[in-house]
Formats: sequence, C-alpha cells, structure tokens
Amino acid sequence: MTGIRKRKINNAIAMGVAASCAAVGLGLLLLILYDVLKNGLSSFGWTLFANDPAPPGMEGGGLRSAFLGQILLTAAALAAGVPAGVLAGTFLSEYGRNMKLSKIISAVSDMAVSIPSIVTGAFVYAILVKPFGGFNGWAGAAALAIIVLPIIVRTTESMTSMVPWSLREAAFALGAPYHKVIMGVVWRSAAGGIFTGVLLAAARAAGETAPLLFTSFNSGHFSLNMGRPVPSLTVTIYQYAASPYESWVSLAWGAAFAVTAAVLVLNVTGRLLIKLRQGK
Amino acid sequence: MPKVRGKRMMDLLTVNNLNFYYGSNKSLDGVTLPIRRNCVTSLIGPSGCGKTTLLRCFNRMHDLYPGNRYEGEIVMDGRNILDKGEDLITLRSSLGMVFQKPTPFPMSVFENIAYGLRLRKVRNTALLKEKVEKSLRQAALWEEVKDRLKESALGLSGGQQQRLVIARTLAVDPEAVLFDESTSALDPVSTQKIEDLMVELKKEVTIVAVTHNMQQAARISDYTALMYIGKLVEYDRTEIIFTKPKHKMTEEYVLGRFG
Amino acid sequence: MSADHRKNLLFKALTCLAAVSVLGIVVGILAVILMESFPALKHFGIGAFLGGRDWNYTREIYGALRPLTGTVVSTGIALLAAVPLSLGTAVFLTEICPHRLRGAFGAAIELLAAIPSIIYGMWGLFVLAPFLDEWVQPAVGSALGGVPLIGSFFVTKSAGGVNLFSASLVLAVMIIPFITSIARDAFEQVPDVLKESSYALGATRWETVRKVVSAQSASAVGGGVIIAMGRALGETMAVAYVIGNRHASLDSLFSPYTTITSVIANEFNEAGGIQLSSLFTLALVLFIANFLALGVGRRLVKGKEK
Repeated sequence: MTGIRKRKINNAIAMGVAASCAAVGLGLLLLILYDVLKNGLSSFGWTLFANDPAPPGMEGGGLRSAFLGQILLTAAALAAGVPAGVLAGTFLSEYGRNMKLSKIISAVSDMAVSIPSIVTGAFVYAILVKPFGGFNGWAGAAALAIIVLPIIVRTTESMTSMVPWSLREAAFALGAPYHKVIMGVVWRSAAGGIFTGVLLAAARAAGETAPLLFTSFNSGHFSLNMGRPVPSLTVTIYQYAASPYESWVSLAWGAAFAVTAAVLVLNVTGRLLIKLRQGK
Repeated sequence: MPKVRGKRMMDLLTVNNLNFYYGSNKSLDGVTLPIRRNCVTSLIGPSGCGKTTLLRCFNRMHDLYPGNRYEGEIVMDGRNILDKGEDLITLRSSLGMVFQKPTPFPMSVFENIAYGLRLRKVRNTALLKEKVEKSLRQAALWEEVKDRLKESALGLSGGQQQRLVIARTLAVDPEAVLFDESTSALDPVSTQKIEDLMVELKKEVTIVAVTHNMQQAARISDYTALMYIGKLVEYDRTEIIFTKPKHKMTEEYVLGRFG
Repeated sequence: MSADHRKNLLFKALTCLAAVSVLGIVVGILAVILMESFPALKHFGIGAFLGGRDWNYTREIYGALRPLTGTVVSTGIALLAAVPLSLGTAVFLTEICPHRLRGAFGAAIELLAAIPSIIYGMWGLFVLAPFLDEWVQPAVGSALGGVPLIGSFFVTKSAGGVNLFSASLVLAVMIIPFITSIARDAFEQVPDVLKESSYALGATRWETVRKVVSAQSASAVGGGVIIAMGRALGETMAVAYVIGNRHASLDSLFSPYTTITSVIANEFNEAGGIQLSSLFTLALVLFIANFLALGVGRRLVKGKEK
C-alpha cells in the first residue's frame, strides 16, 4: 500500500508541476497582452490617427502616415501574393497533383513559410532597393508578398484537395473543361477556407517588421508614394520604442496596441470562420 | 465449475441495481447480475445496448472522462467499488482489460509485459524475466516471441499483439480479465487462439467478455447476459440462454431475428 | 483545337507558372544571398569567416564567430527554458484541464503564437529586461558569482538588463506558445485506447504520460522542438532590442552581446562594401541552418502522423 501512496503522491506532484507550468506560461503571455493594452490605451486617442509624428519633445504627434502606410503595404502584398498563391496552390492540387514537381514545390512552400523574415528582407534589398538607389514602398510590399505567398499556396492546396472528386466528376460529366471545373466548382467550394487563409496571411504580413527594415524603411513625413520610403506601424515601433523621447515611446505603445489588436482580430475572425463552416 | 464455498467466494463481483449516466444520458438502467469466479461470463446484445458501458464500470474506466455518474453498487470483496474512496490503481490492476483492437505500447515486447510490474517498482531483473516468461506462456505467445523480446511490439502480427496485451494484463496477477470485443478485429485463426486461451485462463482468473458474436458467446462462456437499451434482459447459464430462454426477446436475439 | 481547350491550356500554364515561381523565389533567395556573400567569403575564406572573432569596422575585418555564438547560446537558453514549460503546459491542456476549458485554452495558445515578434521585443525591453535586471540577475550573481571558472559568467556588467540572458528569455517566451501547440497536438494524437490500456494496468496519469504518451509522441514533439529551434535561430525583432549588439568576447551572460539577426538588423542599413557582404553571409548561414532544422523537424513531426 505504501508503494501505491508514493505513486499517488508522485502523480500529484507531477500534475501540480504541469499545472504550474501552464499558469506560468499562460500568465506570462497574458501579462504581455495586459502591458500592451495598458500602455497602448493610454496613448490612444484622436491624435494618434489624425496627426503625423511630431518632432522629438513635442506633444500631439500621431501615426496617421504609419497607419495608412501599413495598410497600403499590406494591401499591395496581398494583391500580389494572393492571386499568385491561389493559382500556384491550384496547380499543386489539380493539374500537377500527381507530379513529382508538385510534391517538391509543396514541401518547399511549407518550408518557405518559415524562412527567417530578415533574410527575405535582405534578399529584397539586393534586388529591389540597391539597384534602384533607395528604399521604396514597392520593395516593402514585395518582401511582404514573399512572406504571404507560401501561406496562401499551402492553404489553397489543402482546401482545394479537400473538395471531393465526385464533385469534379459531376462537372466533367456535364462537359465542362477542367479550367471551368476549377473556377466554377473547386474554387467555389474551397472559397471559405481560402479566405480564412488570406486573413491569417494578412495578419502575418501586418505584424512583420524585419523584412521592412531594409526595404520600405520609414518616413517621418506623410508620404504614400510607393516609389519612396513608406512608413509602417511595425518599423515605427522599432524606431520609436528605443528612442529616448517619452512622446515617441508612447506612440510606439499606441502602434503596438494597434498592431496586436489588428493581428488578433484577423486571427479570431479566420478561426471563427473555420468553426462556422465545420459547424454546418 | 470450481468448488463453491459460500456466496462471497463464488461471485467475484455482484452488480446491484446499477445505473450509469453520461451527462444527462442514462446509459445503464437498474442492472443486477453476479460475475462468477473462474467462469467466463459473456455480455451480448445489439450495439448501443450498454454491454461495453457495463464492462467499463467494473474497472471504473468511465472515470477518465467527464460527466460520468454511477448509482447503485458493484460489490467486490464486500466493498462497493463505486464508492468515492475506492483506490482505482488497485482496482484496475486487479481487473485487467483487453480492448477491441490490440494496444501494444511503442516499446519492446519485454517492456510491454514488464510495464505493470515496473509501475509497482519491481526492479529485480531475474524476477521480471521470470514473470514475463510466465505471462507470455500463459498467453500462448512465448514460443513465438521468445527470441524477439527486445524487438518492438509494434512488429508483431495483429493476433500476436492481442495475445501480448493479454500477457501484459496477466503479468500483474489480476483476479479478472475484461475482454471488450477483443477478437472482432482479428482473423479467424487468431480468434480461435484467443477463444481457446480464454477457456484455458478461467482456471486462474475470472473472465468477462463483451462480444457481438453469439456463436462465440455460446462456445466459450459459462454464463451469458443479454442487454438491450441499457437494461439487463436476461442472465443465466449459457446453455439455458441459447436453448430455453425465459424471455421472448432473448430467444429472438439468439436466433438472429433482431440486432 | 477548341476555344475551351485552348483556354484550359492557358489556365494550366498560368497555374504552373505561379507554382514554379514559388520554387523560383526560394531558389532566388538562396542564389542572390549567395552572390552577395561572395565578396566576403572570397576575401576572408569560409573557415576564417565562420571562425573569425573580430567584427572591426576600422580594420574592415569581419568574422562570424561572435554572432554565431550569440545565436547558438541564446537559442539554447531559450529552448532550455521554454521546452519544459511548454511540455508541462501541454500536459496540463491534455490531461488535467477540464474538458470544457480545453478549447478556450487551446485557442488562446494559438492566438498568442500569432502575436508579432516586435511586440515580444518591445515587452522584453520595457518589462522583462528591467525585471530581470532588478530581481533575477543580482540573485543569480550572488549565488553563482563566486564559483570558480564559471562564476564570472553570472556577474552583471552593465545596467538596464540589456544582455544575452534577457534576449534569450524573450525568445523563450516567444516560442512557448509554439512548442506548446505542437506538443499538445502530438499528445492528442495518442489514441485514447492506448492511454486506457495503461490506466487499465493501474497506472496513474503521470505514469501514463511519462511512459506511454511520451513514447508514442516522442518523435513528433522532438520535431516540433527542432522547428521551434529554427524559429528561434531566425528571430530578429524579439532579440534586437535587448541583446545590446556589442562585439566583444562573451564574458558574462549578463553582458550585452550580439546574434546573427541582431547584427544584420542593426548594421545593414549603414553598411556597405565588405561589411554588407559579411552581413549577407550571416544571412546565408541563417538561411541554411533554418532550412536544415525545418527539414529534420518536419520529417519527425510528419513521420508519426502516418
């Protein structure tokens, strides 16, 4: 009996340790959210969205240009990455589904999702910044597009291959050519899933900093000219948070709150969509 | 039949008016029956009748999942094993269980058999070896695996794996082994071996077998219980259940008219 | 050839082009970075670059040893801290947590994995580093500082908590949700009936986790840890603030140091010539290390699923 008691005590200790791990892990992460919320809200206000950054030491600066620049860069990245990704994913699950090449591309895009984003930034610098003589918005958008692309490829591939073959056969039996079957049946059936992938990819793009550092860089002036440096929230955080000026640090917290909120909202929406569809 | 000395010795388990709920769903309703020592008792009935649910009450397997509630009693050695204070570790090691599909652990044949012993801190290698060999012999598997004790158990055939699981159960000296449709995933030859084994094993342990196969129940069991929608329809000696049952439903079921 | 047929071929060609472009981009990244690294590799030689201690702007000598050491040490400490905590959390989520709350906890973990790394970095700078500086470093320093040989590694040499140790712990916090999520998935893949078999032999929860669940999920969890390692190796923003980017010998965990990503992030925009090429070479090292880690990790994770 003492043996069993000892085992039960060991079990209780181990489970206690596991529960403490969870408490520490979740606690830390909630603490981060709390700090972002607390500091972010205190700098939140009308001026944050309406004004451009003020010079160091002056009050009342905002992040209007960074908000707009972030949206512009993310939208441009999605505009390039989503169509290319959907087409590529479609090839992998449809025309090329039995080809060795597709398996390779599929594995490569799976791994491309995790390429360190600073490496992507350095790559884009070499091909789109250095030859053109300066930081520009297009380069930033391209870097984000490269990050978004493999995510969309993977989602599209898995979502379209989940569409049952009988559905395609039914369309073929009506005499539809393959491209019409894909556009009319496969894409339509997989649309919800692909859309979720787009939301998650947008969240990823909106939160990236490293690939923008050497590409779109930052600009204190209001400028949405994609041929010139374009400001973004994340690079603004990077530069302002480490600055010695209180007002800039405060702006950085405001930007951190905005980025976190946007990323979480996109993720929650995407996941809810998955849930809703599974619920059907 | 083994020699009977008084009612308590004769019955390993006595189920008295057992109700079992999953959430608000009552899945056992007023079940009362004895489980005789050193006999094979079969639980039969159409799927969803509660036979597996009843079997899993015996070793309190339901306690692993939320929403379970027992009412009534299952008496073993004079105590109600459904009591809150019941020690599940002791209970479960005295009532072994063999599942529908073989469940070898991802470790060697030897370590699979030694698993329960190691839990009890048996560290003496000679004793472990002796116990492993004895259990494998009991499960009629020794000759087939004695040269591959160090190999992964996952490499054995399905039938061998199931006998390995039986040997693993026997290694901790249980009073009973609960079989949950343990031959339904096996080929006829492996099924035959395990049926022979059950009949052989009842000399040493009590056996309760849930089966969807009525011929199997007729072949191997001394007692048979028919269940239907959570209730016990009839319990009796197997030959009575299959030849002159008291209930019309039992007769129709064993003749294959429903279920 | 009918119009439909032609359109179909065109569409097929378009999708094929898109698919090949994915491959093209990855190969292109490797090729361009290789090309940009070439001057530095040629100038210093591979061995001398990787083993070089110096990172000297005036003498124009650049060696990867210190950033490499920083990356390896910070990743190692991060894993050391994050893996036990994550496995414990995963055990909690799969074995202890009430079933009703599991979905919510699981979703919270996944969401936390989605928080951008710059947020972790900023939090590290303003919250974690000052905390470590005030509470943890003095305690560790007084406990281990006097130990011969290794003692000096635990002496605080600069204020503010900007050092290798802080950077490692920010990384650890960042990869916790990631490892937890992979470990939880791996634990959940263990069939219930296998766990029941263990309980049916009288095992406790802990014994079942330690012996059966761990054996069944070991390779998937190992793969997940390796993928997390790849992520930690390549992480920039979480470490860039608190590492301090100091090119000097590693005299203490509580001293500012440098990593591959932080030196790239900090110096890239001001660099030119052989320094820029050296930074590209560091990026190349990172790219290769990350790909290797991913390749091995993915194989381990996928292997068990089948």
